[in-house]
Amino acid sequence: MIVAEQKPIKEILEMVKDYNKILVLGCKGCVTVCNVGGSKEAAILASTLKIAARKTNKKIEVEEHTLERQCDPEYVDEVKDMIDDYDAIISIACGVGPQFLSERYPSARIFPGVNTKFMGGAVEHGMWSERCAGCGTCVVHHFGGLCPIARCSKSLLNGPCGGSSDGKCEISQDVDCIWDIIVRKMTELGRLEELLEFMPPKSWITARDGGPRRLIREELVI
Amino acid sequence: MSEYKSGSNLEKVLKAGHFAFTGECGPPLGANVEHLKEKAGHLKGCVDAVNVTDNQTAVVRMSSWAASLILLQEGLEPNFQMVCRDRNRLAIQSDILGVYSHGIRNMLCLSGDHQRFGNHPEAKNVFDIDSMQLIHTVKTMRDEGTFLNGQDIDVPPQIFIGAASNPFAEPFEFRVHRLAKKIAAGADFVQTQCIYNMDRFREFMKRAVDMGLHEKCYILAGVTPMKSLGMARYMAKQVPGMDVPASLIKRLQGAGKGKVAGEGIKFAVEQIEEFKETEGVAGVHLMAIEWEHRVPEISELAGMLPRPKV
Ligand code: SF4
Ligand code: SF4
Repeated sequence: MIVAEQKPIKEILEMVKDYNKILVLGCKGCVTVCNVGGSKEAAILASTLKIAARKTNKKIEVEEHTLERQCDPEYVDEVKDMIDDYDAIISIACGVGPQFLSERYPSARIFPGVNTKFMGGAVEHGMWSERCAGCGTCVVHHFGGLCPIARCSKSLLNGPCGGSSDGKCEISQDVDCIWDIIVRKMTELGRLEELLEFMPPKSWITARDGGPRRLIREELVI
Repeated sequence: MSEYKSGSNLEKVLKAGHFAFTGECGPPLGANVEHLKEKAGHLKGCVDAVNVTDNQTAVVRMSSWAASLILLQEGLEPNFQMVCRDRNRLAIQSDILGVYSHGIRNMLCLSGDHQRFGNHPEAKNVFDIDSMQLIHTVKTMRDEGTFLNGQDIDVPPQIFIGAASNPFAEPFEFRVHRLAKKIAAGADFVQTQCIYNMDRFREFMKRAVDMGLHEKCYILAGVTPMKSLGMARYMAKQVPGMDVPASLIKRLQGAGKGKVAGEGIKFAVEQIEEFKETEGVAGVHLMAIEWEHRVPEISELAGMLPRPKV
């Protein structure tokens, strides 16, 4: 899923300080799963805004609403009759949400309420970790099913670099060296041979480096 | 076709079977050419080639190719270092052509320290290709005479290809395999990370020799004399992939006030003496970091002078 975290409340308050009718718009997709942008969080943010306003004797109205998904025009359409009632919309979906909203409602003032972090998953309760960099051409099967593009700090395809120590990456003791994990796993599986193969330079055309991406599935186009 | 891959002095010395000796010189933190010349001057006549580091530890300095050219003008042979952190495959290939055109014949291919270590931690990194792929790129350009895309190069660069190896990084068992992989990718010579844990290095070399790697590539053992206890402790704790045994720190401590540097040099000289006898070690790479003026003395003590003329 796409993992996000809430923006610091100070930053959100600063963004919407000139607006009095605010809609907090949640999403039932990934951000609900990672506890940052679902209906629960929309309600919490809405009341936080109200409390902050009360403290400064500011009169504001804050409502919340949560869409099935903000990355789908069909659901974004749902709020078409509400949008004009508000002078600011805080989307707490991933970065796709504010954009789909801005495209659908060009004159609305849309603000991002979360910082979109990465594609990954929950590794422990309350802890998420990156797994995929969306390179567009998946090669994890060469590395014991683990992705060095997203998880090695240098995206090495022929790692580990000389900075790997104690299973940790050279950049920080808090970062696992994925190459250490790959080598150990492949050794245990008796498949070390595969890592001795030279991995040629990868084409990054399918990654972000190749420009903004688009996918067309002819059979689905109506 | 010449019998040499590049005809560099380093290549000739190694090929003639001499025990090679390379040094290192970091480019200035500015355009202080005089300072660079002064530092390099100490190495003249002491070593066969001088590594010129490329924004080492991700700190911005004069570019390694430019500093390499200055060394060349000063009559020293540079070993031009290049990291993959700051350039994509276009810049990499054009820089290789550029340095070769100006007479640079040795190149050390590195991934590069992550920018988080340096003085611009907010920078974007490139890592379009990795060090393994960089080695292969230089080899392809030299031996196939083509760019990475297969297109012909109009006068290919003849470069003696260097790689680094860190016998002390983990997983230890894999390190010798990664070295083998670098050699297969095209490395002609290898310079190791500075060695302090001699037992571990002996074990590493034994494995390398068992795999016959020393017959396919020249392995130069890395030596950095300890200047002070502070440096030893810093290396032990702060530098990733560095292995400084407690026994060495104790030995330096035992030297007493004002004598630590001398003890550091003594240890380095003992190491060099041992490497001369170690099977598979073809030379020493002396990284006297900001201590260039002590290189003549160390070279003398280690019996590395005079350098052979080939
Ligand atoms: S190889 Fe590419 S697509 Fe596959 S997990 Fe890694 S970044 Fe994602
Ligand atoms: S230490 Fe491991 S994860 Fe970190 S850059 Fe090196 S190989 Fe990649």
